[in-house]
Amino acid sequence: MATIVGTITTSHVPAIGGAIAKGLQGDPYWKPFFDGFPPVREWLARVKPDVIVVVYNDHGLNFFLDKMPTFAVGAAPEYRNADEGWGIPTVPPFQGDPELSWHIIDSLVGEEFDLTTCQEMVVDHAFTLPMALCWPDLKWLVRTVPVCVNTVQGPLPSAARCYRLGQAIGRAIASWPGDERVVVMGTGGLSHQLDGERAGFINKDFDLQFMDSMIGNPAWATRYSTTELVELSGTQGVELLNWMVARGTLPERVRKQHANYHIPISNTASGLMVLEPQG
Amino acid sequence: MPTPNARQPVPGTTIFDGEQARKGYALNKMCYSFNDAANRRAFVENEEAYCASYGLNPEQRQAIRNRNVLQLIRAGGNAYYLAKFAGIFGLDMQDIGAQQTGLTKDQFRAKLAAAGR
Repeated sequence: MATIVGTITTSHVPAIGGAIAKGLQGDPYWKPFFDGFPPVREWLARVKPDVIVVVYNDHGLNFFLDKMPTFAVGAAPEYRNADEGWGIPTVPPFQGDPELSWHIIDSLVGEEFDLTTCQEMVVDHAFTLPMALCWPDLKWLVRTVPVCVNTVQGPLPSAARCYRLGQAIGRAIASWPGDERVVVMGTGGLSHQLDGERAGFINKDFDLQFMDSMIGNPAWATRYSTTELVELSGTQGVELLNWMVARGTLPERVRKQHANYHIPISNTASGLMVLEPQG
Repeated sequence: MPTPNARQPVPGTTIFDGEQARKGYALNKMCYSFNDAANRRAFVENEEAYCASYGLNPEQRQAIRNRNVLQLIRAGGNAYYLAKFAGIFGLDMQDIGAQQTGLTKDQFRAKLAAAGR
C-alpha cells in the first residue's frame, strides 16, 4: 500500500512569485520567509516522495463563479500554470497521476464526499509557488494530484468537513495497492485580510495557537464556524481550511519536523510546518 | 464602515457569500477576463466599451472608473478578482490595503510589521 510520509503546510501569496522572479530570497524583507525552506528541501530529499497531493484553493484561474465546486480533484495527465493577470512568471507543467487520482476519487465518493472531477485543470499560484519553494530549480521530481477546496465563495465547507475530507484522503491513499511514498501539501493562510476597512488584519496569537494545534490537537479549529474563522484569521486567513485537509491525512499522533512563522510577507502572516506520522 | 448584521457580523468585512456573488457577477466576470493579456490591453484601450460588453451596472461602472476598492466591494467585487483589475495598474496588495484603510503605503506596511511584534 502507498504510504503518507508527511505533510507540508505553507502560505502561498503571489508576492512570493514576484520575489523569486527578482531574486530577492536574501533580501532583509524576504529572508526570514525563504530561510524556512532549506530544511523542507532537506526533509524531502530524505523522505523521497513519489507523489505530492496538493490541497489548495483556486483564485479565479481554473474556476470562475459560474461553477464553483466545494471540493474538486484533478485527474489529468498534466497540469499547467497560466497567466493570472499580474505578471508573475509561469512555471513548467506538472506531471499528474490519473490512476491514483481516480482511485482517490472512487474512494472519496464511496465515503459520500461528492466531488467535481477535473480531466483538464490549470493550477494557480496556490499550487505552483509552494512547489517552487520545495523545488527551486523547477524540476519537479514528483507526480501530483491537485485537491481544490472552495475558500472563495460562501458558503465554504466547515473546518470539520475539511478535516474529515483529509481523513478520507488518508484512507484512500492507504488503500492504493502501489508502493508510492506520498506527501500531502496544504497551502494558504495564515491570518490575513485583503479586503475591506479591516484590510491588513493579522492575528499572531490565533496563528500560533492554530499551528500548535496541528501537532497535538488537530481537531481544535473544527470548533469554529467559517464566519468565526474569518473573524479570527481574516477573510483570506480562512484558507487555513487547506491545512485542515492536509492535517486530516495524518494520524492523531505526529512528530513536528520543522516549523517557521513570520510576519509579514505582503499582507500575510506566513506559516510553515512539516509533520510526520508517528506510530 | 458598514454596520455589522447577522449575515455580515465582522466589522469592516464583507464576507463574499451568495448575495455578494449574485450582485457582483458581471464585475467579477470582467475581472476574471483580465487573466488574458489581450483582454487587459482591450480594457486599457477602450475602458467604456469593455465595461459595457460585460454589462456592468452603473454602481460597478462608477467604482471601476474611480479605481476605488471599497466601492468595488460594495458593488459585489471579490478580492481575488479585484486583484486582477489592480494588476493592470501595477498595484500590489499593499497599495490596495492602504487605499481601503486610508493610510499611506508606508503606514500600511508599518501596521503589518507591527502585527508581528
